[in-house]
Amino acid sequence: MRSPFFKNHLESKAKIIDFHGWEMPLQYSGIIDEHKNVRENVGLFDVSHMGRFKIKGKESESQIQRLITNDISKIGDKQAIYSPMCNENGGIIDDVIVNRIYSNEFVIVVNSSNIKKDLDWITENVKSCEIQNVTDDYALLALQGPKAEKVLKDVGVEQIENLKSFHLLETKLDGVDCIISRTGYTGEDGFELFFDSKQVQIWEKLLETGTKYGIKPIGLGARDTLRLEAGLMLYGNDIDENISPLEAPLKWTVKFETEFIGKAALEQKKVEKKMRGFEITETKRVARKDNKIYDEEKEIGIVTSGNFSPTLGKPIGYCFVPVEYPLRGKIKINIGDKLYDGRLASTRFYKR
Amino acid sequence: MAERKFTKEHEWIQKSDQIIIVGITEFAQDQLGDIVSIELPQVGSSFKQNDVMTIIDSVKASSDIYCPVDGEIIETNENLLEHPELINKSPYKEGWIVKIKPNNPEQIDSLLSKEQYDELVGQGKE
Repeated sequence: MRSPFFKNHLESKAKIIDFHGWEMPLQYSGIIDEHKNVRENVGLFDVSHMGRFKIKGKESESQIQRLITNDISKIGDKQAIYSPMCNENGGIIDDVIVNRIYSNEFVIVVNSSNIKKDLDWITENVKSCEIQNVTDDYALLALQGPKAEKVLKDVGVEQIENLKSFHLLETKLDGVDCIISRTGYTGEDGFELFFDSKQVQIWEKLLETGTKYGIKPIGLGARDTLRLEAGLMLYGNDIDENISPLEAPLKWTVKFETEFIGKAALEQKKVEKKMRGFEITETKRVARKDNKIYDEEKEIGIVTSGNFSPTLGKPIGYCFVPVEYPLRGKIKINIGDKLYDGRLASTRFYKR
Repeated sequence: MAERKFTKEHEWIQKSDQIIIVGITEFAQDQLGDIVSIELPQVGSSFKQNDVMTIIDSVKASSDIYCPVDGEIIETNENLLEHPELINKSPYKEGWIVKIKPNNPEQIDSLLSKEQYDELVGQGKE
């Protein structure tokens, strides 16, 4: 599958990879360069591969509440909320963003790898609502970085400076109907833009307008290193159906005062392992998914994500270890046939 | 100096007197993307042809670097430990990785020529 902006990526000399069946840009100028540009200036991401479902109907709020562990009643019209969606065992089916467009109309943004699974799950569990897969109807771009707001202002989006985090704005973007949310996956201030997938000229318009702010197109490679520094989960790597939100650093998204699928299991199950960040202190070698974590000679855990942090200049990652291991505790990380010194840390390596 | 030779695993080899200099190709560094660390083999250690000699980490992946011929490591490029990005910037010069004393210099002759390598990676046609 190809996004509406596939041609733009080729023109920008992107390296294209297959990402869960989508031909998407891995990088343009280089992952570290792109990463730093988002931290310092602004970057434009094509994330049109992410799944989007529209759910409409009088019962939509209560029906969606059953799907997610977070409390949907906390968001009003034109607001968004992040939440895991759990199975009966409390395992994470997906982590999603629920956008409330109107009081009885929602758009759920899901991971591209899970589109079919999620649609089946939602169709099975959401009653008396209209459910529509609108993934191909809408383009989705992310504009991220400290200068993102300036770019949108210069394109002529009014009131953008008053848009709060996790709020939505229904507006015109260069004459095109658009919903803008102040959300992202980078740890920076930024926006995600939903508009008709035929309006592909928006890509060029944003790059053109952003030139004076140093805008660059950003691929999935830097998207991954940015989210890793910011403590954000990658479905399929860090979390999956065998991991609960309480084991992942997502306890803040589980609201036991609401009713949701998986609640009973989450209330009963004792949490034995916990996701932590780690940094490697002895080497610049990078740990990758499934590398093992040791306490001296004893294997205690496993790496879920690992890479080099361009901001910190050292290798970092996330791992699962038994709950009793303290933050900043010393560990060893197995890479190749060697054990390297490191320590546990918060998963949030970067805060703006 | 003799013309460079290449391996299917994207190492280049430059013969210089009795030793060879080894690095990775322009194509390889471009595929790896930003290189963030490299482990260098011990000077004095010996490898067989196609043994894993060292590992390079980039922001995309970790990749094994293979020894192109049987031989002994006589020098490594220590600069790379602090500046692994030299491999990206200058793969054929400042980004060289090791110098090897080959046990069987005739192995070098059977490596790929530049034309063969370019054909392998689909370059040099334009």
